[in-house]
Amino acid sequence: MHIVALPVVVPMIGAAILVGIRQWAPRLMNDVIAGAVALAVVTLCTILLARAIHHPFAYWMGGWRPKDSVAIGISFSIDSLGAGMATLAAVLVATALIYSWRYFDGADGLFHALMLLFMAAMAGFCLTGDLFNMLVFFELMGAVAYALTAYRIEERGPLQGAINFAISNSVGAYAIFVGIALLYARTGALNMAQIGHALDGRPADPLVIVAMSLLFIGFLTKAAAVPVHFWLADAHAVAPTPVCILFSGVMAELGLYAVARLYWTIFAGALGPHAEQLQAILVALGTVTAIWGGVMCYTQRHLKRLLAFSTISHIGVFLCGIGLLSPRGLAGVATWVAGHGFNKAALFMLVGVLLHRFGTVDEFDLHGRGREIRVVGVLFGIGGLLLSAVPGVTSFFGKSLLDSAALEAHDPWLPAVFVISSILTGGAVLRVTGRVFMGWGAAQREEDVQLAGAARESDEETTSRDHTPPLMVAVPAVLLAGSIVLGLIPGVVPGIERAAAHFQDHAAYARWVLRGQPAQFAPASTSHIETFDYLYAAGGTVGALALAALTLFGYRLVRRVPNALLGPPRTALTAFRRLHSGHIGDYIAWWTAGAAALGGASLVLLR
Amino acid sequence: MTFLPYAIAAWLFLVGLYGIVSSRNLIRAILSLTVVQSATYVVLLGVGYSKGAQAPIFADIPQTSKAVDPVVQVLVLTDVVIEATVTAMLLALAVQAYKRFGSLDPQDLRAIQD
Repeated sequence: MHIVALPVVVPMIGAAILVGIRQWAPRLMNDVIAGAVALAVVTLCTILLARAIHHPFAYWMGGWRPKDSVAIGISFSIDSLGAGMATLAAVLVATALIYSWRYFDGADGLFHALMLLFMAAMAGFCLTGDLFNMLVFFELMGAVAYALTAYRIEERGPLQGAINFAISNSVGAYAIFVGIALLYARTGALNMAQIGHALDGRPADPLVIVAMSLLFIGFLTKAAAVPVHFWLADAHAVAPTPVCILFSGVMAELGLYAVARLYWTIFAGALGPHAEQLQAILVALGTVTAIWGGVMCYTQRHLKRLLAFSTISHIGVFLCGIGLLSPRGLAGVATWVAGHGFNKAALFMLVGVLLHRFGTVDEFDLHGRGREIRVVGVLFGIGGLLLSAVPGVTSFFGKSLLDSAALEAHDPWLPAVFVISSILTGGAVLRVTGRVFMGWGAAQREEDVQLAGAARESDEETTSRDHTPPLMVAVPAVLLAGSIVLGLIPGVVPGIERAAAHFQDHAAYARWVLRGQPAQFAPASTSHIETFDYLYAAGGTVGALALAALTLFGYRLVRRVPNALLGPPRTALTAFRRLHSGHIGDYIAWWTAGAAALGGASLVLLR
Repeated sequence: MTFLPYAIAAWLFLVGLYGIVSSRNLIRAILSLTVVQSATYVVLLGVGYSKGAQAPIFADIPQTSKAVDPVVQVLVLTDVVIEATVTAMLLALAVQAYKRFGSLDPQDLRAIQD
């Protein structure tokens, strides 16, 4: 299976070629080369996925196989969830490239080259079985992402976003570095299977717990969990739209993928006796993130920033799902991540259409102007419904699995958190649909309702046009269709459940990676969706619609509520929003507090 | 086994973070970031160190002689490459910020905030 390294190698070579011929290559040639490479990587990842579904396998670079369970070389350890994430990333890069054919007028080869490098880094990150190798891909992904964020370097927003993004994520990466060094000091190993094997059988001591906290806080910085999430909204709001697709659709989720991967390959054996306490820590973090992101999402008028905060809210939900530490919870997350990735990518593309056509992404500036492009409005509304996990779509199946996993883990309040997140994020997008595409609601936010900031920044496109290239609508339409039907394909959801159970088999992972034995797994159970799940999810969607309607049509009612009643919550909300100050110093102070809290809680609870 | 390198690393990490938090100048924030990164060098080298050991180059010393761990040194090398990339990128952004907006204070660069 020598094609294993190709998802990393092919885009890197492609990027090098694009940079090399940049001086004279016409735009079309850049598009064709980048598109061909992206489609090739999609095919390669799909082949790996198809093979790993039945037999996860390790590939050792240069033939440096492990001897007596001691890994000297670097492995790509491929199982179905890892290959699935790589495939999702590749598909989103391919669609983002297709979308950018029409979106950018002046993109030169550098943009395409950076996108391909981004693709290589994400694929390597998902496939590798070596902890240090994972960090290198993490840093590569980061460096490329900083450059892509600052692609419009002449503007203030992208500069600020890229600087905050780069400094926050670099600090996270250095925490990971120290964590790796501590684990290496303890075990003498860098291969995840071997580290896990070496830690097994002994209770975790403070060194292991500190290493775990450093690794988790580092990867959670990329995932943007509260309170290390601040950079995300700044960066996602200003990056070019094709880049936002990747940031929100898959890059943030990769941070969570790393947390899950590390826990089950490395720490599951040593921390097994304390699983309940770790569960409490992760679920608490996830809950705060889900609610925080949801509230911030609903209060935004800058559409890209709104979508960025909705990503943070979903990251919180996913973190809860992983934190349940059960196969069903992880399966729910994996299913929802696939649905969410397509859905969020499509929504960013549609916002890109608004930006391309009207030169603004401010909800109030756009009031009613979307009426001339109804198709886009319909798609946008569908995207909002999908965000609220409307029954029958992929995200619904993921949410149902999460709900039943939460009940199984005796956290009966957790489904309420999930539904609040769905209502706030879905409701926000539906509200925008009503205001922009139907002209409902207030055209101008009233003076006293006006919350601070939300400066009308100049964005990547400032000129308005009177046409929209059909391709820019077709690509998100296809993605939305994918987000709807993926979970309906027979066998997909049960397949993901099996994959999640295999992903969590700590002992089997060490065997198939280090000894090369064919993996043997206990048969995994699959779940059944009950009528109750449909009703509960329908309730969430109705809630989202109701919230949007209340905001659009109820603003006159709000005026009648006495100020004494509304004042305090409004002040609190303003203060809460002011925390997102855009100042890197504040963000790093929060980061330090978050790292200390996670480390402290882990040291107290996990011993 | 001595705790000194780890204490120094922890100090560097924290003092670097403090530097970023307190910076009113982007260049200072970026240099503080490299101080944070220096902590990782110290940890890695501390992990690989053993008393009385030589550099792990076996061309001119006997194969049996005690040597420090070469793996962590390779990791440090990778770390340096990463630092060079990220620092260069950040400094380029800072230069751009100064050219366009005439300020290096993160406070003045805020385009978006809530």
